[in-house]
Amino acid sequence: MTEAVLPHPRENYGLSSWLTTVDHKRIGILYGVTAVVFACVGGIEAMLIRTQLIVPNNTFLSPDLFNAMFTMHGTTMIFMFVMPLNAAFFNYIVPLQIGARDVAFPRLNALSYWVFLFGGLLFHLSFVTGHLPEVGWFGYANITTKQFTPGPEVGLLGSVIPKGLQYPVSGTEFWIVGLQLLGLASLIASINFIVTILNLRAPGMTPMRMPLFTWVTLITNFLLLLALPVITVALFQILLDRHFGTRFYDIGAGGTVMLWQHLFWVFGHPEVYILILPPMGMVSEVLPTFSRKPLFGYPAMVYASAAIAFLGFSVWAHHMFTTGMGAMATAIFSAATMLIAIPTGVKIFNWISTMWGGSLRMTTAMWFAVGFLAEFTIGGLSGIMHASPPIDGQHQDTYFVVAHFHYVLFGGSVFGLFAGLYYWFPKFSGRLLSEPIGKVHFWLTAIGFNLTFFPMHFLGVDGMPRRIYTYAPGFNLETWNFWSSIGAYITLLSALVFFYNVFVSLRGRQKAPADPWDARTLEWAIASPPPAYNFASLPDVQARDDFWYRKHEAKTFKPEPEHVHVVLPNPSYWPLIVGAGITLMGAGFLFAYVLTFIGVAVTLVGAYGWSFAKFEG
Amino acid sequence: MTAASHAEHHHTSLGVDSRKLGMWALIASECLLFGSLIATYLIYRSQSVAGPSPAQILDIPVTSVSTFVLLMSSFSIVLALHGIQSGDIAAFRRYILLTALGGTVFLGFQTYEFTHFVQSGLGFSTNVFGSSFFMLTGTHGTHVAVGVIWLLSLYFSSVRGKLTEDAAIKVDTMALYWHFVDVIWIVIFTVVYLFVFV
Repeated sequence: MTEAVLPHPRENYGLSSWLTTVDHKRIGILYGVTAVVFACVGGIEAMLIRTQLIVPNNTFLSPDLFNAMFTMHGTTMIFMFVMPLNAAFFNYIVPLQIGARDVAFPRLNALSYWVFLFGGLLFHLSFVTGHLPEVGWFGYANITTKQFTPGPEVGLLGSVIPKGLQYPVSGTEFWIVGLQLLGLASLIASINFIVTILNLRAPGMTPMRMPLFTWVTLITNFLLLLALPVITVALFQILLDRHFGTRFYDIGAGGTVMLWQHLFWVFGHPEVYILILPPMGMVSEVLPTFSRKPLFGYPAMVYASAAIAFLGFSVWAHHMFTTGMGAMATAIFSAATMLIAIPTGVKIFNWISTMWGGSLRMTTAMWFAVGFLAEFTIGGLSGIMHASPPIDGQHQDTYFVVAHFHYVLFGGSVFGLFAGLYYWFPKFSGRLLSEPIGKVHFWLTAIGFNLTFFPMHFLGVDGMPRRIYTYAPGFNLETWNFWSSIGAYITLLSALVFFYNVFVSLRGRQKAPADPWDARTLEWAIASPPPAYNFASLPDVQARDDFWYRKHEAKTFKPEPEHVHVVLPNPSYWPLIVGAGITLMGAGFLFAYVLTFIGVAVTLVGAYGWSFAKFEG
Repeated sequence: MTAASHAEHHHTSLGVDSRKLGMWALIASECLLFGSLIATYLIYRSQSVAGPSPAQILDIPVTSVSTFVLLMSSFSIVLALHGIQSGDIAAFRRYILLTALGGTVFLGFQTYEFTHFVQSGLGFSTNVFGSSFFMLTGTHGTHVAVGVIWLLSLYFSSVRGKLTEDAAIKVDTMALYWHFVDVIWIVIFTVVYLFVFV
């Protein structure tokens, strides 16, 4: 049946090859490029927010648009920038690090990407319709009910289809449906990566020989697997409330908005570790390579990562200290939150000890890794402050909290991601990023970031509330708001320097060798960029940091043969088709339900085509 | 699938087929999905400001019958799996159809129950008990429906001679899903129906 409908895609160049690829490396690049594009959108939104706040009583943005901007900025940066950029690294690096030829389910991997892309696009379609979500990235009920965000009177399709077949939606629907699709994409990916790491390791790659980045990928994907279904349920509840009149968040019917907060944060707190653990893993690869020492306390690092993830599921209610949960619950969640400082501290000291006594090479990747250590520690310390309910009560909804989480998400995640980008860029592209431009990029980022966010601590304790579109003069808020906005512009400049660096490096003639950094793990044993089949013969792993061991200790390293015959999974259209079907199902809730039925049909046809297509791998 | 990649497919670090391991992972995720739905139900079942309440409307004897049918279908899929593993294709086809029939009977009971409830004045927008009840049992019913479609697909692809390679592992993976759907129903039956006495 399938061969008759669609010919097998065969080319490995051109647009159709990207639409049908199931190669984990190409999907990794798709994830990375898409995430960076969304980061630009989220970055522009941040610039608009800071421009509005540069002087008191500013009228640059209307209150409504300001609400929309912080909602779009938060949602985009978390779900469409940091998560997929992490996924880009999972895709590209993890199969190489464990000595595999691809992930366990190559077509599901492509499906994850397409659902992510379509979900992100659907979310951003709210710009086109002019109805932007204004509910915050946390979408607290009952702001998300029809009562408070009703939307316009008419449907979005206007006169295209009859009035009875469509219905009015607000930006909230775009937020709900977009998030639901993005969550589904990550859920599918999490199953794929868990199975890949558990089941596709090369001979000899025992768990305690796996590189730390692979370990945190495994742990992060367990977090995704277990946290995402909770927000799926919560999102369905508000969707049903809005569309079919269920009463989940109707106070008059006995509904309780606390339920939303619990469900959201049972997901939302593990989400914080989903964002930070992978960059921690990247730093754990960069520091040993440029210190020319093994990672200090490797087993402790593995156990600390697992402990952070485990505890991460038992602290969600520290986001709700001011809701009046009662003294006992507050005390338990406070104590559990403080416990997380222990495994996190273990990691900080192990990273420092890794550098101690090493012969340090201060490359740009190393600068960003060291920067990560410093900035993340500041964010971690203010996090411990919030673990104390009385202090949290003072900081709740002030800029102090904004300062805190930007120190962990920008100072932590983004610095870690830049360390990873500079480190692995030659593996992705076959070109080294320019080191001199990289140093400029690092220092501009560090200065811009700290100037933007450190003053927010002062603004917070001076009482400036979050999510308010302006402030009055005379409350001692003008100076630091001004400098914070200047810092934001410097951060924007640093991003431009980074893009310039990527541009000139990709155009440069100098090709990167297989192992430009004298690194330790298997991905550096093969060419940059690796051939489609990755490893000509699957490695026989002898030790932790096996590549280093074979190069410098056992002296048994041999470069791979150039021409081999390996059967690879063939490209497939079906992931794209199923992804489109799933997206249509969601789009039905934005425009007209008929799209949902079409989406179900497309998905079913796609699923059968998928199941019966000839597929090797 | 060529012989070489076929052999490589079966070499896994844990010795478990990747599809089956993936199903185990999905089941872990589903536990949190149903856990959230059950938590919502437990919070809301006695929070309604207007009736009907669970004790007024839930019919334990009728649902016990459909519960029994669903649990027996777990038994029949074990027999179907045994059939395909031991090469007894006729037994496989017989029992996979019987399993699908069990699932369909369960769905029939659920349709009857939902219709009856709506006629008795409990819709999903009547009160918070109704919203959380229909969402929980409806999500489970959707899982049963997906399972029935999957079972019938396995049956028809076997009849058309397309279920040849890796047939046993495909049925094994499906059976794992089906057992989960049954086990989670035991929890739901207890929490929703038997808890009216608590």
